[in-house]
Amino acid sequence: MTGVQSNSHLLLSGNEACAEGAIRAGVRFFAGYPITPSSEIAETMARRLPEVGGKFIQMEDEIGSISAIVGASLAGLKVMDATSGPGLSLKAEGLGLAVMLEVPCVLVNVQRMGPSTGMATLPSQMDVMMSRWGTHGDHPIIVISPCSVRETFELTVKAVNLAERFRSPVILLSDAVVARMREKVVLPGEVEIVNRVRPAVLPEQYRPYAAGPNGVAPMADFGSGYYWYANSSVHDENGYEATSKPEVATRLLQRLHAKIYEHLNELPQGEAFMMDDAEVAVYAYGITARAAKAAVRMARERGLKVGLLRPVTIWPFLSGLVDPYVSGLTALLVPELNMGQLVDKVREVVGGRSKVESLSRYDGQIITPEQILVAVTKIMGR
Amino acid sequence: MTSSMPVLIEIDFDWCKACGICVNICPRKVLAEASDGSPEIIDARRCTRCLLCELICPDFAIRVGREK
Amino acid sequence: MAKPAELASTKELIEKYIRRNGVPSIWCPGCGIGTVVGSMLRAIDHLRLRQEDVVIVTGIGCSGLIYNYLRFDGFHGTHGRALAIATGIKAANPRLHVVVPMGDGDCAAIGGNHFIHAARRNIDLTAIVINNQIYGMTGGQSSPTTVQQSRTSTAPRGHLERPFDVCELAKGAGATYIARGVTSNPIQLADLLERAMAHKGFSVVEVLSQCPVQAGRRAGRSEPWEMLQWLKGVTVSAKRGTDDVSLGKFITGELLKEDAPEWTEEYDKLIAIAGGRS
Repeated sequence: MTGVQSNSHLLLSGNEACAEGAIRAGVRFFAGYPITPSSEIAETMARRLPEVGGKFIQMEDEIGSISAIVGASLAGLKVMDATSGPGLSLKAEGLGLAVMLEVPCVLVNVQRMGPSTGMATLPSQMDVMMSRWGTHGDHPIIVISPCSVRETFELTVKAVNLAERFRSPVILLSDAVVARMREKVVLPGEVEIVNRVRPAVLPEQYRPYAAGPNGVAPMADFGSGYYWYANSSVHDENGYEATSKPEVATRLLQRLHAKIYEHLNELPQGEAFMMDDAEVAVYAYGITARAAKAAVRMARERGLKVGLLRPVTIWPFLSGLVDPYVSGLTALLVPELNMGQLVDKVREVVGGRSKVESLSRYDGQIITPEQILVAVTKIMGR
Repeated sequence: MTSSMPVLIEIDFDWCKACGICVNICPRKVLAEASDGSPEIIDARRCTRCLLCELICPDFAIRVGREK
Repeated sequence: MAKPAELASTKELIEKYIRRNGVPSIWCPGCGIGTVVGSMLRAIDHLRLRQEDVVIVTGIGCSGLIYNYLRFDGFHGTHGRALAIATGIKAANPRLHVVVPMGDGDCAAIGGNHFIHAARRNIDLTAIVINNQIYGMTGGQSSPTTVQQSRTSTAPRGHLERPFDVCELAKGAGATYIARGVTSNPIQLADLLERAMAHKGFSVVEVLSQCPVQAGRRAGRSEPWEMLQWLKGVTVSAKRGTDDVSLGKFITGELLKEDAPEWTEEYDKLIAIAGGRS
């Protein structure tokens, strides 16, 4: 078997769709370490990559695998790694490294119930804040979250493209249900491909950390004669040590943030479903958004004006999804498979313009449409 | 064996940290420590171009002229 | 072994490989790391490696700053991960000679897992383990190669634990080229590094080096020259063979060289079988 056919009906799991999306987006190096419920991504990549001339390596631990993809990206390849909660904790180090070196890479995190080893096979959305703040030091990060197998394919392609565009790590935040359920999907014949900008100047003129017109510095492949220094300590625009220069540190951190925060319109915002006349919005992402959509339909059948706001980009938080509707809402309900994580950010953004309520579940089970409907009905006083 | 011509030995004092290694490793006592600890050439005619000082200097600060 | 005059002069090294505004280095007077850098550059030069084919990957610690003075593609990053990063670089572009200088703490403590597995894989990297038996940059704490009874800032009453023998560790893990050099002999060191870089497979060169400030001071040997004399005294060349003099000393020279399948070459075969094009 050589790869998955386009334009044909396929029955794929989320993890398989993720691997296929990565291959189609041009990922040619994957370093992994086995962990439930993400291992099928590594297994699929191990089978598929040699078929397209790429390489898979199983590293000795989680830290080794994220380090290896950073290395391969420096040498010019599109790269990916996949893990789950306990692995994410170990990869915190490598994520910060990729942020500071500005190395394009994709890290898939298939959320399972925690803390610690928790419930290995059962879903959660408990890594939402960890994905935002899971490495030390102030840093920007892009996190996108799929709710279906088809969207896992699409957002894996998107994650690779965003990583290349922004010279940044991108986290694809999946969960144990989306990753392991099988759905019928039709893969597109063509996908959009974004390649990192490489330097157009002579090596003597190359500055690996000087922002170009798109906010991002061009990146030379190691081995192409540009002799640049990928340096995780505070560095100047040439990459050289500036660990005692406060003004260089200030400029560096501001630039790292600006390259993403000044281009938020390039991030996939998400979906507003039946929101035009909605009085209550369910704000939900990932697998929970599937239940929320079903709940919205059930509510509408009962004549309740309920809609769904489904963010695709989780971080940076895009208030543009909420802002157009918030004045007409009496309440937002934020169902999550955690004890209430993203709900705090929603509260901050809504800022008292509307009530914001949390619906939590943290027992390794998913939130059902009925649970959401009950909560919505209660909020609406019906 | 002492060459009749003195060997050209250059010391870059901007790079030298006066660690004393070159002075002590020289088998022919070509160098001595000045009062500030940095090397000074006392007799370049004794140098046999063994290059030990140049090859061991951690700071690339001493260079011995090679034969033509 | 190349004669000293056949090795690149310091002037040539500076012209080709040294980043002038980086020098003088941050290292303390008499630190052995600079000598290792010199021998490493002379090995690269004598092997006639193309500059764009060499990547220098370092970790954290005093040795982690090596790249700051050089003109190659280079990496300075997370503590202990240099070999894992290097593995990714080499896998992505097998044309590259990836040279990985590390300290004893970087390699054998926090990076120990990556070290043994890189050796097991026999991936074509050159690990240079600069062993000064101490954590220098952080203030003289014990490392995995600190000898028993010696005093460190975290063993003020003497170090209790036994040290790793880095070369034996590499051997047990499957490295296919192993050598030990010492900073008191930079000519032999350049030769060993050249052999290591020329070797196809995972090569390890342990370099016994001096830290006069953090290790020497506590051992009553704070002068760099005293440290070098001490290093000469505790080492003996492999050529001498095992005798009474070599008993309990560090053997220097080439300790192991064998041919074994190399990871990137094996993977390319796998790609060919799978029908892909690398």
